[in-house]
Amino acid sequence: MSDWPLVNYQYDGTFAGFLSCVYDSFTYREAPAAFYTPEEARISFYTTRVVETDEAHARQVYASWKRRISPEAQQLAANGFLTCMPEREMAIYRFVALGYQVGADIVHWLTDERVEPLYKSVQFLKNEAHLLKGFLRFADYGAFLAGRIQPRNRVLPLLRPHFCARYNTEHFLIYDETHQEALFYRPYQWAIVPLEALELPPITRNEAGYQALWKRFYDTVAIEGRYNPKLRRNNVPKRYWNHMVELKDELEPHSRQPH
Amino acid sequence: MELMDKLTILTDAAKYDAACTSSGLDRQARKGRMGSTLPAGCCHTFSADGRCVTLLKVLLTNICCYDCQYCVNRRSNDLPRTAFTPRELAELTMQFYRRNYIEGLFLSSAVLRSPDYTTELMIRALTILRKDYGFRGYIHAKAIPGADPALTWQLGLLADRLSVNIELPSERSLGLLCPDKSRKAIFRPMAQIRDGSHQYALERRKSRNAPRFAPAGQSTQMIIGATPETDLHILQLTSALYRKYRLKRVFYSAYMPVASSPLLPAPEGYQPPLLRENRLYQADWLLRFYHFSANELLDDQNPNFDPNLDPKCSWALRHPEFFPVEVNTADYEALLRVPGIGVTSAKRIVTARRVGPLHFDGLKKLGVVLKRAQYFLTCCGRMCEGLSLSEDAVLRQLVAEEAPRLTQYQPEQLSLF
Repeated sequence: MSDWPLVNYQYDGTFAGFLSCVYDSFTYREAPAAFYTPEEARISFYTTRVVETDEAHARQVYASWKRRISPEAQQLAANGFLTCMPEREMAIYRFVALGYQVGADIVHWLTDERVEPLYKSVQFLKNEAHLLKGFLRFADYGAFLAGRIQPRNRVLPLLRPHFCARYNTEHFLIYDETHQEALFYRPYQWAIVPLEALELPPITRNEAGYQALWKRFYDTVAIEGRYNPKLRRNNVPKRYWNHMVELKDELEPHSRQPH
Repeated sequence: MELMDKLTILTDAAKYDAACTSSGLDRQARKGRMGSTLPAGCCHTFSADGRCVTLLKVLLTNICCYDCQYCVNRRSNDLPRTAFTPRELAELTMQFYRRNYIEGLFLSSAVLRSPDYTTELMIRALTILRKDYGFRGYIHAKAIPGADPALTWQLGLLADRLSVNIELPSERSLGLLCPDKSRKAIFRPMAQIRDGSHQYALERRKSRNAPRFAPAGQSTQMIIGATPETDLHILQLTSALYRKYRLKRVFYSAYMPVASSPLLPAPEGYQPPLLRENRLYQADWLLRFYHFSANELLDDQNPNFDPNLDPKCSWALRHPEFFPVEVNTADYEALLRVPGIGVTSAKRIVTARRVGPLHFDGLKKLGVVLKRAQYFLTCCGRMCEGLSLSEDAVLRQLVAEEAPRLTQYQPEQLSLF
């Protein structure tokens, strides 16, 4: 594999598109120098291969990760695609290329440079998803619940099973502002779709009432004698605060407006 | 009274309860019903004191017929008093839950009229929540000492976790500060909950439809620093509770003066013993996940923890014969005893060394924090090399080569950690 010529892969940015690149790489015995989407096109010394997304190829490659490496490795590589790691496609490619050689054992290679960066990024993704299971806030807009998040990683596919199961009786949407996509749910169907912006009506009086009750509970439950803002910041990093009912007012106490 | 005022009063009255966890139970969601639980629990926010908020932690009422000296709700304290109606509380819980504010409800109560009457009110609130609203989220309920066992049964069938606070670490202190509660009244429901959980678990093996009794087990809490017990005493009590009563958690709560009493430390300039509380939690972790015993961590000569050093480091320095531990051959248990190596790190080491020998740079990649661990480890027979800071080098020398002497003399060097 090390003697394969290097090429650039241009693809549509979807997971299936990336899998199609992997398929082409192994079929035509060419190794990737970089992966990019048309928007990120760049000048390079290497030949560029424009890869059309092919569902059948994608499925074949995806299945091969499970069969030839292991189910855990397949999961890790797929999750890797959701992370915010720079050049994540290269990291996944290197990981699966090693996986094809060593098989299921790859999950023990925690200190290898082809495994460790991917493993760490996926840890970060999972950690962020776990935090958001708690930190996400819904507001009731009458016909549906809606919540906004601003995650670094694409956590919606990881949040989806949790929220769709827990709130299976509700209609709700979760909007990921960073990646401009939304999870829509109504009993018992869901969809994750790209969405450029989300406009919501002003909240109702009833909703404002519950937000005020929650804020009051939050302020009351702290013990004054144990005040510890540093510990709080460690536990809820500030980047989550502006979407949390009880914390957003604490970001800029001076600009707070009376309603 | 407005709901807002009730919520304020009854939250304020409940906030000294340390337990706010929603872990230990994996209840999947069910179609057509609201809620589920996560085995690892889930923190929804952290209050200004840095503590996790996972459950709506309130009292059903703060009207109390008892007069416990350490308690903010004692009847002799002049406070506004109120109570939620069971339906009001159930509705509030549901509204908070569907907005993803909380993981469920932590319901406690002052003793209104009698333990039986109070428990009945709690049962009514939880019944509305479970039956009328179909709520499948987490419920932690306080068992009221002195209530009819039949009522505690019912409570346990609705709640996921039950707890009875033992309040103070010894009978003498309890008698002094809580004249209305006896130690027996506290331990009786604890034993009942333990036996109930066991019995229902057996029945569940026969039938999947058997009801579950407090499936997330029971916990308790005691106040630290209000009375003179030593850390050793507290830790021995803790481990007896885990062993005899099969508790899931023991919580400690640094004593906060809630009002002056001639029997308690004076509030003037008083600082709650937060560091001591933290050391006890660290030790509690060592008991539960690191297979330490109370008598290994403390003894009659040293009945209290050194505030400058965490209990594991402290143990390591008193046992130089155990170190250094060789990363590539030591068993999992031995790795767990190394300061700086936790359960996750130890597991990763065991996994990663199957494919080849581990060195210090490999440990770093695994996420092992070497700051402490490096003094107690070898990789392929070698100690950690290349520490650039001279202070570190000195420390390493001290700990690696003169560890035996270090444990015998002075505490000053230890504070360098």
